[in-house]
Amino acid sequence: MNPGLFLALAFATALAAGGPLLRWEQTRGQQTGSVLTLLLGESRRAFADQVFLKADGYYHQGVYPSVFDLAQPAGKTHLAKETEGHDHHDHSQAPLVHRDWLEAFGSHFHPTEHRHLDAFRDAREILPWLRLSAELDPHRVDTYTVAAYWLRERMNRVHDAEAFLRDGLRANPGSHEILFELGRLYAENNRDVPRARAVLELAMAKWIRQEADKPAPDLISYRRILGELAVLEERTGNLPQALAHYSRLKLFSPQPEVVQKRIDELHAKLRKP
Amino acid sequence: MNTVWALAKVVVLEMVRRKDFYVLFILTVLLTGTAGSVNFFNDPGVVRYLKELCLLLIWASGLVIAITCTARQIPAERESRTIFPLLAKPVTRWQFLAGKFFGCWLATGLALVLFYAFFCVASGTREHHWPVLNYLQAAWLHWLMLGIVVAFTLLGSIVFAAPSSNGTICFVCSAGILLLGRHLNKVALSLAEPLQSLLYAFYYLLPHLEFFDVRELIIHNWALVPWGVVALATLYAAAYTAFFLGAAWLVFRRRPLN
Repeated sequence: MNPGLFLALAFATALAAGGPLLRWEQTRGQQTGSVLTLLLGESRRAFADQVFLKADGYYHQGVYPSVFDLAQPAGKTHLAKETEGHDHHDHSQAPLVHRDWLEAFGSHFHPTEHRHLDAFRDAREILPWLRLSAELDPHRVDTYTVAAYWLRERMNRVHDAEAFLRDGLRANPGSHEILFELGRLYAENNRDVPRARAVLELAMAKWIRQEADKPAPDLISYRRILGELAVLEERTGNLPQALAHYSRLKLFSPQPEVVQKRIDELHAKLRKP
Repeated sequence: MNTVWALAKVVVLEMVRRKDFYVLFILTVLLTGTAGSVNFFNDPGVVRYLKELCLLLIWASGLVIAITCTARQIPAERESRTIFPLLAKPVTRWQFLAGKFFGCWLATGLALVLFYAFFCVASGTREHHWPVLNYLQAAWLHWLMLGIVVAFTLLGSIVFAAPSSNGTICFVCSAGILLLGRHLNKVALSLAEPLQSLLYAFYYLLPHLEFFDVRELIIHNWALVPWGVVALATLYAAAYTAFFLGAAWLVFRRRPLN
């Protein structure tokens, strides 16, 4: 067989196969989303969890319990608890007890003192890990709400927080947690009351649709949405609506007497001419 | 001493001529540069992830250079039969081993100087903070750790037949100690006797390479390790290095060369 003919045949076959292959590759790319998805597949979710823990480790300046120390008895990272309004010092360090002299000597070579990153104005150092966690698993809602909280509250970067939350909402359109965080941003930072109200009410509707029928619904989220709505209405002077929210909140609050006190104060305000 | 120094110089020159170090250095620079160019929420001041990545690459490169450079020394001398005229000079077997050890250790030390200089520049330009003393301490501890690894690999190159198997075993052992060494006592305490005592004894006998890993302190800008502790760590490393070198000599002095 003539080698020129053979080469021409091979080239023609390659050209003919190349087009469909490229089209197949493009459609595959659309399905898989990102390079990380393509490379890691479903295992990226496990990596996302590890990267999120890394952010928590950075928050504690490298002091973080290993798998051998049974890391998270409460099931949530300190970083996430911080977002939910937990006190800095409610997980104060237990006195360091070394099991043997080698461990005592080794403790000089890694961080052991419990301290937080924000005390040194370095909170931004957690951001790369949160961004990477979101890239690895866009459906991990915690990543968006935690990152947005830190951007908004601790770094005063409201635009970045809003953009990140919107990314999260695109990936998780039904998330009441992201909607709540977005509503809080509009209410507390942008002071955009109509928008905040609309987003918080949408968060409430999503919560009812997803959680109300569950045997153990996420009541913490429900209380947070109700509380934020009540405060928003109170701040704008819409006291009857605020009272309605507080009354509902009282039914689900672990401290109904505190909510009742607030209701009484609002009634007193309403009675004043 | 002159004989040992002459042998060591040859090893260093050999490493300078080989491409391993340059490839690893360029890879470290490229990967760190690429990671540094990523934009996280428009904040150019975020630096700790970059320090972490750069130090991880330096540690991986350091191990690769130390183990591959050391693992091929004695097998290469045997294969090219240069070991026979060398030991007939007369160079004693102890001087031969000592020369090879110091050569490999110095070569890794020179590599570390360049790596840490790059790290210092990469983090300093981003952080505008130059804790040079901390970096010197980290590099010194890192070099001590590589001294133990070099001595251990030298012993392996006499015990194991091929440099590849020796290299693999040394990598696995070093990485295993670095990752798990600190936690072996916790695992031991959760076991029943006699496994508990056995694992605890192993924990005490093991060269704790992780002692020399102060990356977390460097990444999160912690204070210097007390100099007294560094002196103790130096003694600890010297003892294990001497032990592995002594063991290598004991095996090597009776080993036929052909």
